[in-house]
Amino acid sequence: MHAFEYTKPRSLDDAIAALAAGGQALAGGQTLIASLKQRLAQPDTLIDLGGIPDIQGVRRVGDALWIGAMTTHQTVANDATVQAAIPGLAVLAGGIGDRQVRAMGTIGGSIANNDPAACYPSALMALGATVHTNQRELPASDFFQGFFTTALDAGELVTGVTFPIPGRSGYAKFKQPASRFAIVGVFVADFAGAGARVAITGAGAGVFRHAELEAALTQSFEPSAIDGVSISPDDLSEDIHATPAYRAALIRVQTKRAVTQALA
Amino acid sequence: MAVELTVNGQRVAVEASASTLLVQALRDHLKLTGTHVGCDTAQCGACTVIVNGNAVKSCNLLLQQVAGAEVTTIEGLASADGTLHPMQAAFQDCHGLQCGFCTSGMVMSAVDLIQKNPKATAAEIREGLEGNLCRCTGYQNIVKAVQQAAAAQ
Repeated sequence: MHAFEYTKPRSLDDAIAALAAGGQALAGGQTLIASLKQRLAQPDTLIDLGGIPDIQGVRRVGDALWIGAMTTHQTVANDATVQAAIPGLAVLAGGIGDRQVRAMGTIGGSIANNDPAACYPSALMALGATVHTNQRELPASDFFQGFFTTALDAGELVTGVTFPIPGRSGYAKFKQPASRFAIVGVFVADFAGAGARVAITGAGAGVFRHAELEAALTQSFEPSAIDGVSISPDDLSEDIHATPAYRAALIRVQTKRAVTQALA
Repeated sequence: MAVELTVNGQRVAVEASASTLLVQALRDHLKLTGTHVGCDTAQCGACTVIVNGNAVKSCNLLLQQVAGAEVTTIEGLASADGTLHPMQAAFQDCHGLQCGFCTSGMVMSAVDLIQKNPKATAAEIREGLEGNLCRCTGYQNIVKAVQQAAAAQ
């Protein structure tokens, strides 16, 4: 590992000041520390965000759920408020990595990294979430900008995410068995009166919504409703795990499973 | 700089560079070599220890991140008189190991799992140990051992 300085600020203001001075934010570190070992990242200073209570925890705020950036996957998965309001989100958080990774990894770290096979981006897109930073509020659709890319500027920090609460939700993933990242993951959300939304991760260069699946599920929120939908393999990823055609087939299967889960 | 933490009930101060991993502090500085480094990429779980009540992968954690924390390693499970922890005893009874390399991580992960879910089913144990890989594929007896230890508690 490249040598670096380490600092653990106790307030958001101190963290932002350290970031402005050129440091790299450290959330749960479940991706970043591996990247440091491989020297894919070589920051001079690491700013550990683990000492800032303001950006941790889950709160119901009116018709929405706020989740602090430094809230672990374990906390989201086990939180009774999340389980009751957005069960698909609790399922998603409970399936990231493994138990040890979920005890450290955070929602803020996941979305700031925007791995094209990460689970969380699909929930933010399907639920129409808002990303809060120290500078502004961004709709998820503007925040995620493709392959490991987000709208975050230098010196900008994710502080939390607000999720609208849908009528029903579900998440199903076909995972790569060693990394446990999604080969294809599908989040479905059914908003009473406002239609269904479907977001897919793992299948392409970044998370995306699928208009035809959404139209079909808006008409009838049943697994069989998507039987007639054509899912194009164009622009889907190809790697040693799956071909584009296989990923297209997985999108259909995982969408059906997510809908079945949402209806249960 | 020195990082203070509690390891197996003892306050310790580790003088190490900022890039020191928790597993390096345990093995190289504190000479607690029961915690193993397998993959060094947070997949195999051989390095699992318990930090503030959660099983975590000590190869994927900086020592600095756990300043002030309570850390339990495999060396901290048995009683002072050498009596094995029920999970260790069950692994021995059920022959829940073959080469033994993954065992300390398996045991630590299983201790954490049963503490959080004392009535875990065989399926839940398998899912709960997803982050621990046994290259000998000795899972059958590992699951049996965890069930036996859970029942003994």
